[in-house]
Amino acid sequence: MITAERKPLKEIMDYIQPFNRILLVGCNECVTVCSAGGRKEVGLLSSALQSAFLSAGKSIEIKEHTLERQCDPEYVEEIVGMMDGVDAVVSMACGCGVQEMARRYKNKPVFPAVNTKFMGASERQGVWAERCQGCGNCLLGITGGICPIARCSKQLMNGPCGGSTNGKCEISKEVDCAWQLIWDRLKMLGQEDRYLDIIPAKDWRTAGGGGPRKIVREDLAG
Amino acid sequence: MKTNSVLEKVLANGNLAVTSECGPPRGAVPEKVKEKGQLLAGFVDAVNVTDNQTAMVRMSSLGASILLRQMGLNPLLQMVTRDRNRLAMQSEILSAYAHGIDTMLCLSGDHPHFGDHPMAASVHDIDSIQLIQMVKTMRDEGRFQGGAEIENPPKMFIGAAANPFADPFELRVMRLAKKVAAGVDFIQTQCIYNIPKFEKWMEGVRNRGLHEKCYILAGVTPMKSAGMARYMKNKVPGMDVPDDVVARMAAKPKEEQAQEGVDICIETIQRLSQVEGVAGFHIMAIEWEKIVPEIVERAGLLPRPQVA
Repeated sequence: MITAERKPLKEIMDYIQPFNRILLVGCNECVTVCSAGGRKEVGLLSSALQSAFLSAGKSIEIKEHTLERQCDPEYVEEIVGMMDGVDAVVSMACGCGVQEMARRYKNKPVFPAVNTKFMGASERQGVWAERCQGCGNCLLGITGGICPIARCSKQLMNGPCGGSTNGKCEISKEVDCAWQLIWDRLKMLGQEDRYLDIIPAKDWRTAGGGGPRKIVREDLAG
Repeated sequence: MKTNSVLEKVLANGNLAVTSECGPPRGAVPEKVKEKGQLLAGFVDAVNVTDNQTAMVRMSSLGASILLRQMGLNPLLQMVTRDRNRLAMQSEILSAYAHGIDTMLCLSGDHPHFGDHPMAASVHDIDSIQLIQMVKTMRDEGRFQGGAEIENPPKMFIGAAANPFADPFELRVMRLAKKVAAGVDFIQTQCIYNIPKFEKWMEGVRNRGLHEKCYILAGVTPMKSAGMARYMKNKVPGMDVPDDVVARMAAKPKEEQAQEGVDICIETIQRLSQVEGVAGFHIMAIEWEKIVPEIVERAGLLPRPQVA
């Protein structure tokens, strides 16, 4: 999933300070799963903003709504009827959702309420960690199912650097050495020899080096 | 001979090679580079010039290497993949070769986390093994990584690092095997204090015949004090300083600790000279270049061979 964390209240207040009628929009997808911008967080942020503005002597009207998917024009269209009565939109979706709102509702200022972080997985309750950088040419089939691009601090594609200690990365004891994980997995699979294959220099065009990326499926796009 | 590198000639002649290092200054101070160069001239076959080591901004490796070259020394250009993409690296290699620099070391580099610009973006377009492949392609095929032909290809003697003490230990020989397969000519190791572990690694290296496919220069660093020994043991990632080495340093009064550190360094060189597959020594006297002549002399590595 795409993970996100809510921005500090002060930053959100600074954005919307000049406005009186706000539409606060959550998303029912990834940001709901990582507890950053779903229906529950929309409610919490709305109350926090109301009370903070109230104590600052400003009254503000906040409408709350959570869309099924904010990165999808079909769902974003659903709230067209709510737009007349608002001065600005605050989105609790990831950056994709924020931009979709801004694209559809061109005459309304749209502000992000979360910082979009990374594509990751849940490690345990309340902990998410990066797993994929969307490089566009997946290496997982030859690296034991562990990604060195996303999980090695130096993006090393051919083995651990000299700083790997007791399974941990040199930058922090909290970070696993991706190459230790890869090696352990290759051993478990009896594929130790695979480590000796040199992964050649990567073509980063698929990773964004060739400019903004797009997928066009002729069979679906028509 | 693949190159005109003096280091290659010394090694090919079967001499134990000696390299040392010069960390460029944190300012536009050419005098400091020259001062370090003068201390090392005549005592080493090549001088490593570090590339923003510990991720701190310094005069560039290329800039300082040119200064040393102008003094008649043989700079060994270090290059990390952290700060440059493949375009910048290849153009820098051309520049180096145009200035008579024909020996280099391919590294991934310390993470910015450790330096004075932790907010910087790391590049890592390619990794150190892919850098070795790229430099070899430039030299042997006369082509850039992108495929185009090079006019007067740079003939670099290609080095890389190896750390026998990092984890996972069982992968450390295989990692060297990958560097050899990528085309490395010589290796400089991490500082060696744990001699039995290094010897175990060398045994693995010999079992795969890797010592016959590349020259291995054993890395040594004289310690100035017991405090430095403890710091290296506890704070430097991938460094293995056994307790008995720390204890030996600490057993001496403060004013004698530096001498003890030099003695340990010389004893290490003498013992490692007997290890099959060790082709020379890389003496990293960090901000202590003036001690290098004494170490080289007392270790019996003088005079340095004259190669044309």
